[in-house]
Amino acid sequence: MPKRTDIKKILIIGAGPIVIGQACEFDYSGTQACKALKEEGYEVVLLNSNPATIMTDPDFADRTYIEPVTPDVLSRIIAKERPDALLPTLGGQTALNTAVSVAESGILEKYNVELIGAKLDPIKKAEDRTLFKQAMQNIEIDVPRSGLAHNYEEAVKVIEDIGFPAIIRPSFTLGGTGGGVAYNREEYDRMAILGIDASPTSEILVEESIIGWKEYELEVMRDTADNVVIICSIENFDAMGVHTGDSVTVAPAQTLSDKEYQILRDASLKIIREIGVETGGSNIQFGINPKDGRLVVIEMNPRVSRSSALASKATGFPIAKIAAKLSVGYRLNEIKNDITRETLASFEPTIDYVVTKVPRFTFEKFPQSDATLTTQMKSVGEAMAIGRTFKESLQKSLRSLEIDSYGFESRIFKNPAEYVRNITTRERDELISQLQIPSWERMWYLADAIRAGFSIDQIHQLSGIDPWFLSNIAQIVEKESVLLTYKDQLNTNNQDFIDLLREAKQYGFSDRRLAFLWGITEYDVRDMRHNLAVLPVYKRVDTCAAEFEAFTPYLYSTYESECEAEPTDKRKIMILGGGPNRIGQGIEFDYCCVHGAFSLAADGFETIMVNCNPETVSTDYDTSDRLYFEPLTLEDVLEIVEIEKPEGVIVQYGGQTPLKLAADLEKAGVPIIGTSPDAIDRAEDRERFQALVNKLNLLQPQNGIARAFDQAEVIAEKIGYPVVVRPSYVLGGRAMEIVYDVERLRDYMKYAVDASPEHPVLVDKFLQNAIEVDVDALADGRDVVIGGIMQHIEEAGIHSGDSACTLPPFSLPEDIIAEIRRQTIELALELKVIGLMNIQFAVKDGDVYLLEVNPRASRTVPFVSKATGRPLAQIAAKVMAGKNLAQLNIYGEIIPEYISVKEAVFPFVKFPGVDTLLGPEMKSTGEVMGIDYDFGNAYAKSQLGAGVKLPRSGKIFISVKDSDKEAILEPTKKLIAAGFTIVATSGTATYLNQQGVKSERVNKVKEGRPHCVDAIKSGEICLVFNTTLGAESITDSYSIRRSVIIYEIAYFTTMEGIKAGTDGILAMLRENLDVKPLQEYYPVI
Amino acid sequence: MKAVLALADGKYFVGKALGSVGEVTGEVVFNTSMAGYQEILTDPSYHGEIVTMTYPQIGNYGINPEDVESNRPFLSGFVVKEACPFPSNFRSEMSLDAYLKENNIVSIEGIDTRALVRHIRTVGAQTGIISSTDIDPDSLIEKARKAPSIVGRDLVREVTCSEPYQPTEGVWKLGEGYVDCEQTHSSYKVIAYDFGIKRNILRNLATLGCNVTVVPAATTAEEVLNMNPDGVFLSNGPGDPEPLHYAQVNIKKLLGKVPVFGICLGHQLLSIALGGQTYKLKFGHRGGNQPVLDYQRQQVEITSQNHGFAVDEESLGNDIKVTHINLNDNTVEGIQLLSAPAFSVQYHPEASPGPHDAQYLFERFIDLMKKHKKGVKNA
Repeated sequence: MPKRTDIKKILIIGAGPIVIGQACEFDYSGTQACKALKEEGYEVVLLNSNPATIMTDPDFADRTYIEPVTPDVLSRIIAKERPDALLPTLGGQTALNTAVSVAESGILEKYNVELIGAKLDPIKKAEDRTLFKQAMQNIEIDVPRSGLAHNYEEAVKVIEDIGFPAIIRPSFTLGGTGGGVAYNREEYDRMAILGIDASPTSEILVEESIIGWKEYELEVMRDTADNVVIICSIENFDAMGVHTGDSVTVAPAQTLSDKEYQILRDASLKIIREIGVETGGSNIQFGINPKDGRLVVIEMNPRVSRSSALASKATGFPIAKIAAKLSVGYRLNEIKNDITRETLASFEPTIDYVVTKVPRFTFEKFPQSDATLTTQMKSVGEAMAIGRTFKESLQKSLRSLEIDSYGFESRIFKNPAEYVRNITTRERDELISQLQIPSWERMWYLADAIRAGFSIDQIHQLSGIDPWFLSNIAQIVEKESVLLTYKDQLNTNNQDFIDLLREAKQYGFSDRRLAFLWGITEYDVRDMRHNLAVLPVYKRVDTCAAEFEAFTPYLYSTYESECEAEPTDKRKIMILGGGPNRIGQGIEFDYCCVHGAFSLAADGFETIMVNCNPETVSTDYDTSDRLYFEPLTLEDVLEIVEIEKPEGVIVQYGGQTPLKLAADLEKAGVPIIGTSPDAIDRAEDRERFQALVNKLNLLQPQNGIARAFDQAEVIAEKIGYPVVVRPSYVLGGRAMEIVYDVERLRDYMKYAVDASPEHPVLVDKFLQNAIEVDVDALADGRDVVIGGIMQHIEEAGIHSGDSACTLPPFSLPEDIIAEIRRQTIELALELKVIGLMNIQFAVKDGDVYLLEVNPRASRTVPFVSKATGRPLAQIAAKVMAGKNLAQLNIYGEIIPEYISVKEAVFPFVKFPGVDTLLGPEMKSTGEVMGIDYDFGNAYAKSQLGAGVKLPRSGKIFISVKDSDKEAILEPTKKLIAAGFTIVATSGTATYLNQQGVKSERVNKVKEGRPHCVDAIKSGEICLVFNTTLGAESITDSYSIRRSVIIYEIAYFTTMEGIKAGTDGILAMLRENLDVKPLQEYYPVI
Repeated sequence: MKAVLALADGKYFVGKALGSVGEVTGEVVFNTSMAGYQEILTDPSYHGEIVTMTYPQIGNYGINPEDVESNRPFLSGFVVKEACPFPSNFRSEMSLDAYLKENNIVSIEGIDTRALVRHIRTVGAQTGIISSTDIDPDSLIEKARKAPSIVGRDLVREVTCSEPYQPTEGVWKLGEGYVDCEQTHSSYKVIAYDFGIKRNILRNLATLGCNVTVVPAATTAEEVLNMNPDGVFLSNGPGDPEPLHYAQVNIKKLLGKVPVFGICLGHQLLSIALGGQTYKLKFGHRGGNQPVLDYQRQQVEITSQNHGFAVDEESLGNDIKVTHINLNDNTVEGIQLLSAPAFSVQYHPEASPGPHDAQYLFERFIDLMKKHKKGVKNA
């Protein structure tokens, strides 16, 4: 059957902000869906609150609503747009939940909108634990023993049946939020309560533990004619017990015989049919007992998932695109395979390489959190690597993570000479515990265990990891010991040595790792390799193991005989991507890379993308002309440059990742286009930066550089507390802190950063209550055009990535803005910026201070582009490739009449025990945008989009520090006038009552029960305002902030946030928030 | 130990010896299944072939006593990127290398198998040689050139059984293995011609209640009819169907007298018996992901395939309906005789290795026998 013609207009729901468990894979899937459906001639309406996505670019849908992804907003859009169909399966759990809620409310029936992709019943059958279990019983497929509980009493009853260890899974949550493994009653009670709270339906599933079983996933697709195909099988390296998002995973399945694999395949077909997912992709997870092969099904996602994105990148089969086409009636055998051109989508990809995905964590941002890996997902990103063997792909994946690992560095032995020594008892104990307790570092300890002489069986018993994986690591370690024997005789005339070098490369050893083992430099190894012609070749990812010709240059490196890169002699530009997502570097940079590729392709260049993040749009094979799925290390990038010989390489779009390589690449003769690495260094190097500031006569907070505590003390005394301290060259505010007194300064210098002459610490005057401003600008060396000026809502001192901000500024005087413009232009010209530049200013008492200059794409580029309608990254790419702004017709700053608010989204709910106070260290994972003509409305939208439940009535709890007491008065009065009531802790209540503002007093936690946290837990409180100062008060109020996270109550912890939040609530009460597509905000050209 | 794979056209690859030390020639082909190597090794249809696995890591789950399609490996040589020396699976009893050694299969590992596959895809399957005793490429290329081609040869003779036998093994079940299906009553009597039959065909028939007698390839139609079967099955097997005149003649005689079902070589032989022709494909279909459209159900099934020859659609008479086609290259995948109860498929509904999508065909055969039985009774 060809596509449906009874449908004309389709509404697609996006996934909203990036959060743990739901990252840019849904931009990838949503973008593919938008493209595919537009290509088919449908009118596409899109809802997504995330401005950093490609899918929300105004070209990707006909009507783009950057509005909160909530049932209410979705209903309004449906009422306004009257789409024929709603496609909810490409926007993750958020889209699915929102669609279910709207479907259940009767809105779809009312407006005659059809759910396509998956109907309501199948969604419920897959998502509701009881229904799912029932369905599996119908088709005689085992599920782990389990029971449901909705309250503590039920939970107690359930556990009596199941026993320990038990797995707790809250229903309808993202990335297993609130889930975990309980080994005893105490843990169980705590987790059960947390889980019931975390579930929107107040429901948990308690399951028989199959910890230690092998875990598999299959990606399944089905069409309306009931054709079903398996796209990819994935085997988890970590045994059951670690969330699949946190596991190292490998495709295809490695240790299953065909007979066993076919059991999984048969089960998957039965499951998708029984659940009734009509079209599109689903993901099914299985556990297999390694002792006897017994199989249980763990869960099914009736939608495109994170694993679908991985499976798409791993096989070359574009699951999301095909899923979108199937949803409008196409059959699999009516869709062509883009890669082979000749064959159809109705087949099962077969691959002739091994894919390894490794998760990327950021526990260093949340030191109070438990870093043990459990069934609750904690990773914030992932890297994928392709190799001809597991060994090669595994070692490539480790260096793709960009955590300064280039292979199996030892965690125990200081240097390679020690690898052979006996370990101490203490080290043995450490090893055993590291093998037993899954953590992000376990991979490296596995290698140490092998070095220390543990047997494969022993390691398997301790870790539950399949011996096959362990034996492969053992092979790597064995090769390492052979390599070490050559340390003093790196004889390039010795054929054995040459063979060994090639074998080492085939095992995935990086030059850097070899250099370390041999005590030479990475350059030495590269030179040696090149002299000996031990060079990588590039093979194609083609869905079919070379059975058919591949027309898409989607490539990976390996050390084999034949190279399939077939570089062209066109004019070409290479873009280096951002690698795995992490806090501080995420989808915003991928957005820039993708725009760079689009823009340069439009100008006739051949575009080459290098990246290793499977979640992204940039690693889609049709985003650029050529895709190299490779680690972003110097070695790997240089080899690609060697093959491709691009005319220019763009390093300023992928965040810190490529930027870190810039100087070395340039040294190696790589033609870097755009702002010179020297200018980048001038902005990043503290001393050179200061010289720049002085030269331009700009103002900077007073500062100094300290290499030890006494130096820091002197500087701090001189410039006065509070001071901001941070290690030089930091990313995302890593280890940055505001210090109010000398004691804390001492601790910081000693424990936090271990300052030394090689690792100096920067000490800056902290500008209290200053307003922070971000500017993005374009420059071509002659002209400078301001992209956007953003005023932060939270005061300076909160990391810019964590602050909300508005464009245009909402309260800055015109002369200040003019001064900011002037300084921006001067800096851009002085640094000879070609392309993009971001500057952070602080405004205090009428003075403009320069905080930071980044001559590169910044996190705010997509937001500014969406807010102004000017695609900054596209323009900048053309400028870097040689055009000037005048040629591109880019003049003047666009200052919209409407207000755009960007708000950050945080992962606190995933990290029990972590405080939610904001500071100079970035903690947010994603962002949303609220857009409207009125600040209050726009702000309210940004909050709703970020998942903050702004109340319309109820009781507000207020506890603020003394210096905020006066400021809290006005918002409080306004809210009371709007019908809210107030409870406050003693100090705040006394002050408010003195000022004639009625408030009820509630105990602080330390004052005895019932106290404010009890009030929060009992559901009395609808909103919390809490500002604190000083360690003691922070500790006191910690339980308040944690409980609002768990109970999902709106809260603000900064005075400026409180004011904005108040405006938002009042705006919401004044009028119902209206929805409007981006296309209607932009002036008609 | 060094080993070399050389092709008749002069291309060669240097790798490491795997399995048995020695020298072997055969037609070099590739299989794209990512698992199921043990079934492939023991599939008699691979007789005369040097099989290259496109998946680079082979042997991961070892060798077990269950996953066999015959009593021994039949292929000439085996080519892999990396053979796993440390298999991991609860059923594994030995490594791939040990098994190949035990069965004297000369094999090679450590070569760029993807380059080899791309070469075969481009120039076509051709004769090649693996050797660990002679590693001079020029000498090997010469030997490959002199080695006989599989075209026009009767390879069936070399793999068929010598005496009839009655297997009772049913299909494999996890935890139970092959369930014995000895038929005691009311079952269909099926005579299966062994042109190189895979056991899983027999297991499927037995599980569905057939009482199967396997007979040598040269058994005459008269002998078969004397056994009074409810149906005749034409098995898969190696090589070119063209020279197998004896089989074609026998099949012709059986048609109309008893329901006939053929798989792979059996399908090609049925087509020839019906006046059709076969031709050699450039590099064949070997793998577990081949999409086949069943015209009758208008559904796509993912099939297991292993054939180097195909039936020419143009050559088929009006009496024959093409029931299935391959969606990759539109070649004939299944036919049905309109005037008598006979049908066949080019692919392998018994899977093993591969997906089970086409198992319904065995039921079709049963239905056909049921109908025919009734018809005979009523007449």
